[in-house]
Amino acid sequence: MKTLDLARLFVTAVRIRLIETAIAIEYPQGEMRCPVHLSVGQELLSAVFEQVQTREDTAISSHRAHAHYLGKGGDLNRMIAELYGKVTGCSKGRGGSMHLIDLEKGFIGSSAIVGNSIPIGVGVAMSHKLRGNGKVSYIFFGDGAIEEGAFYEAMNFAAVHELPCVFVCENNRYSVYTGLDKRQPTGRNIAALAEAIGVKSEVAGLGDYLETFRILESSTQKARMGFGPTFIEVPTYRFLEHCGPNDDNHLGYRPIGELDFQKDLDFITNLESRLLLEKIMSLNEVKIVKSEIENEIAQAFNFAKKSPFPTFEEIITGTYAI
Amino acid sequence: MENNKNFLVAGLGVNDPKGVFGTTLGLSGKYGESRVIETPTSENAITGIGVGLAISGFSPLLIHQRMDFFLLALDQLVNSAAKWHYMFGEQSSVPITIRLITGRGWGQGPTHSQNLHAWFAHIPGLKVVMPALASDVGDLLQAAIDDPNPVVFIEDRWLHGQRIELSTNAKLDRKKIAIGQAEVLIAGTAVTVVAAGYMVIESLKAVNFLNSRGLSIELIDLKSVKPLDENLILRSVRKTGRLVSVDSGHVSGSFGNQIIQIVATTISNPLLSPPILLGLPDVPTPTSHGPMHEYQVTSYKIGLAILNSLGLKEYEDMRECLRDKFVDAPDENFLGPF
Repeated sequence: MKTLDLARLFVTAVRIRLIETAIAIEYPQGEMRCPVHLSVGQELLSAVFEQVQTREDTAISSHRAHAHYLGKGGDLNRMIAELYGKVTGCSKGRGGSMHLIDLEKGFIGSSAIVGNSIPIGVGVAMSHKLRGNGKVSYIFFGDGAIEEGAFYEAMNFAAVHELPCVFVCENNRYSVYTGLDKRQPTGRNIAALAEAIGVKSEVAGLGDYLETFRILESSTQKARMGFGPTFIEVPTYRFLEHCGPNDDNHLGYRPIGELDFQKDLDFITNLESRLLLEKIMSLNEVKIVKSEIENEIAQAFNFAKKSPFPTFEEIITGTYAI
Repeated sequence: MENNKNFLVAGLGVNDPKGVFGTTLGLSGKYGESRVIETPTSENAITGIGVGLAISGFSPLLIHQRMDFFLLALDQLVNSAAKWHYMFGEQSSVPITIRLITGRGWGQGPTHSQNLHAWFAHIPGLKVVMPALASDVGDLLQAAIDDPNPVVFIEDRWLHGQRIELSTNAKLDRKKIAIGQAEVLIAGTAVTVVAAGYMVIESLKAVNFLNSRGLSIELIDLKSVKPLDENLILRSVRKTGRLVSVDSGHVSGSFGNQIIQIVATTISNPLLSPPILLGLPDVPTPTSHGPMHEYQVTSYKIGLAILNSLGLKEYEDMRECLRDKFVDAPDENFLGPF
């Protein structure tokens, strides 16, 4: 059984936070001309996932995919270039922020339609089972996807065929600007609902990286050994607007004080304090790590800005595989 | 299935006692239930699962006993299967084949008999095949399965009862039909009739009748509506100067319109008479079999349209000769139930 490397968890989480923040800062320049759904505040799951998965495993995600892509080891230069619509992007500039892919790292795609990628991830899990290759298919989605038929259909199929997949629902409690209380019955236990479909289900505590790791790791081992799928609910919170770079607290759809309360719970800040307190990292090491990441990010933006756009000839080819 | 271990079959009913109108009977006994997969009633997820298998190196054939149920899977067809190869920069492809069966007649009615090939043909990334003749099914299905792209394979329910004679020699000599290749079934010089799927059968009856009366009508069986064999159509209409476009769908936004558009915007010489479109009225298909002679596109209506395009009067015995006793069944032996 693996143990969670806290320093590595911190570095991965900070890296995602700094990348997403850099996108938010650069976005108003108007050069990233595509919708971006940022994961600021939601880094925990992806940072834990980075230590659980192996490169051979596969992952698929939704519209809010940056963190999952990075957690799976997806190439940063190619992600930023994709946001800039450049031909050097991971999808040659055709997919944008919502359609990320890095096949070398096992990140097989992300989809803009809520719930759409869940059945695809189940199909990939079925391919793993048919080949008996011991790989796990991770399927990331949000609480909105629980409201889509595709979720039930795909979970049911995975349960019937005992497929090696881990369904990960990051519950940030908002679908665009509509709270969970307006979309699902009060008191619903999403994990219990998933369990009733026939998939073993678990819930992690908010900000509890140790528990998230334990659940994700045991689900992974279970899938790898052929004991079927698991559904995991990971409570989380989105600091920025649904789509775009801004704070949106002024819109008034979040209860007063909720955002500040959640920011106080921010696991990255708490983890940093713990690492310093327990002397796992020194203040200087933290500084160095952050500055290395900042350099990496600067290089990625530089790469993206300098890269060429696809030509018209390039965008009108490739509709069909040959 | 023997030659390609990555080829899978999945659908509701593939392993049931009727085996999708008999088309999958015996398959799971021979190849096992891990390759011939009985599925839940989950059209959308099954299509997405098919996409997941396809991008992982498998070639799934998905089967739906009625096209209308497949409407639940349009998200996966349009947003996933059709886009995947292009949208992710040509890094993974979706070699998936989707058999959709349409039901004409026998009271299939508003939600069991729709012909939506024009919808599918509208989507870049899809190929759409519509065999009319049982003798083409083998080639076209094999081509669809071998194709590295998503192929929507539309079969009319009545195709399953069609009888063909296959002599061993004819089988060996025949050139294989590729996707996107139409065929002149009957050569002629006066009018071009273009049809796909079951409309080819009705057109065949009309054209055979008129040609037996000394006319020279050409009939084109499209076989695929996407990609479309435009050159064959244009070559024919350049020769005949007249066009009757026969569609099994409703007339508005129909594929039959697309054929007329291609001819009208490509050929510089004016046609000898206005092109004619035949299709279903823009109302849902009712269940009652009573008014089906008026509602459906029949061989008699096609015969009339051809004569109109030539400015000729109806033959006195044409109505009788082209009259089907039942427009709602392929022949008198068909007794449903669906």
